[in-house]
Amino acid sequence: MALTTAPREIDNSDAPSGEMPDRVPWFQRFMERIGALWTLGVLVVIVIVFGAVAPDLYTKAAWLATSEYAVEYLILAIGQTFVIITAGIDLADGATLGFSSMAGSILMANMIGSHIGGGFAATAGILLMLATGAAIGIVNGVVITKMKLPPFIVTLGTLTAITGATDLLNNATEVTTLPGFVTRLGTESVLSGWLPVTVLIALVLAVLFGYLLARTRFGLRTYAIGSNEIAARRAGINVDRHLIKVYMISGLLAAAAGLLVTANFSAASPIAGANDELYAIASVVIGGASIFGGRGTMFGTVVGTSIIAVLTTGLVLANVQSFWQQVAIGAVVIGAVAVDRVRTKVGTD
Amino acid sequence: MNGRSDVTSHPVGDGSTPVVEVRSITKRYGSIHALHEINMKLFPNEIVGLVGDNGAGKSTLVNIISGALEPTSGQIYVSGREVSFKSPSDARDAGIETVYQDLALAPDLSIWANLFLGREEIVRGPLGWIGWLDRKTMMQRSVGDLERTRIRISSVTNRVGRLSGGQRQAVAVGRAVAWGSQVILMDEPTAALGVEQQAKVADLIKNVAGNGTPVLLISHNIPQVYEICDRILVLFHGRIIAELRPSETHVDEIVSWITGAALFGAKANA
Repeated sequence: MALTTAPREIDNSDAPSGEMPDRVPWFQRFMERIGALWTLGVLVVIVIVFGAVAPDLYTKAAWLATSEYAVEYLILAIGQTFVIITAGIDLADGATLGFSSMAGSILMANMIGSHIGGGFAATAGILLMLATGAAIGIVNGVVITKMKLPPFIVTLGTLTAITGATDLLNNATEVTTLPGFVTRLGTESVLSGWLPVTVLIALVLAVLFGYLLARTRFGLRTYAIGSNEIAARRAGINVDRHLIKVYMISGLLAAAAGLLVTANFSAASPIAGANDELYAIASVVIGGASIFGGRGTMFGTVVGTSIIAVLTTGLVLANVQSFWQQVAIGAVVIGAVAVDRVRTKVGTD
Repeated sequence: MNGRSDVTSHPVGDGSTPVVEVRSITKRYGSIHALHEINMKLFPNEIVGLVGDNGAGKSTLVNIISGALEPTSGQIYVSGREVSFKSPSDARDAGIETVYQDLALAPDLSIWANLFLGREEIVRGPLGWIGWLDRKTMMQRSVGDLERTRIRISSVTNRVGRLSGGQRQAVAVGRAVAWGSQVILMDEPTAALGVEQQAKVADLIKNVAGNGTPVLLISHNIPQVYEICDRILVLFHGRIIAELRPSETHVDEIVSWITGAALFGAKANA
């Protein structure tokens, strides 16, 4: 692990600095040091508490329910992590999920109806889904950067427009004629049934995009833009083009989530993805990202999504009325932001 | 410091090529002359002060040399070769670095990331296109870059947001020194600093020039300009109306040129 030893060597070779602020309270220093790990601690506590109340939480069935439930939100949250780190927001990702899966599914159903092979239909439909999602993201990014409009307003607009457009596509009805490849995607699993393929795909995406965020030039510039856009521009970074790419990634991942949701339900529903953006944003924020930009990690996002998923399953297993789930998740979001506030008070200025 | 006094003992314009030369630069906005026929030369090891009242044209001139603005007419030469900048990136590629008043640092990024932002070292992946950041190289080079600024920073992995004002200044100057092979422009580098830190930055500027790179210092802090500059250019309504040497002038005289009082006084005498 050469990467992690290098900074320590530098630390040791240098005399202690007299200029580091020493007035930092111990609690803040502690929170700085443990970083995103505190959310992991919260997850562990939730698992232990609900496990005590409802021991069924530790069964294979509960694990499968929780993890499959989390897939949709995790994939959206991966894209949302990039967007939020640039100090933006993508309210349209849930609607993009619904629209792109509907568009791709209609194509697949029509191709199957015209007796075109399932393999061709699946390929064309999946490509159309991904292209549609990416295109919506590009539109968001272009409007935000070229017209200099706030991401909140722009994506609120596309959210509303796309939700309507999804209903227009198929008269607000489901598409259920799907190629076998797509429906199998939602039922097959590996590791003797412990790891559904959809969960595996979500985890692979989290690792790939986590790498992109943490280890590449693209990731570094994503943080830089969110931290100080003027500094990024002066460093010669093409900020507009970068932001368009970030919103494109968010749209692309929304489409990927749409494919897996369609596979899970063996149907493309006109209401798929509705309100998903709220859970995606909540996951990212619980995971420690700052909505003011510049901060956040993919690890934190995975933990944040897990907290929401475990909370949801746990409340069901504990026989709590389902309406309480949303109340609980809302409380966790506010709690996470409050803790983050204390955690990052130091040093932002 | 020795190198610097050596050079200043030569009369400027002794035949050596200026690092940067600005020739009859004019900038017009409609009928308004923001800059009028500006001529300026910067030689190795020099610290040149650029002073003037608000609106005198200091920022316009700096923006033209740093590539943020294009002049209406006139030429810029870097080491004797004519250059034309369409963007700040062009100027940076020519070895001209600018330290901005707001420092242009990303507080959430580490020191090393700020030093290399926009010019990251990349390890190319097996296919040539999936590259990752060469963090080790960038961290090691950052340590060297900051050692040259002689301001102590415990680790280059610290976030810039956790640094004091003086340390941030050191990072911004360190970045300019690391990349500015030809000249460093500093726009009000001490405006936001306390007295002690101002003195540190002044030492920093002297170090930079002492190593050969000329510094163009834009400042409202006249006593500091008087103290550290080899030459002082006074801009007044878009023209350079005076070139002063600290050994031959005093703070009050500089101020009277800035306000134009000296100019009108001279005219009245003529």
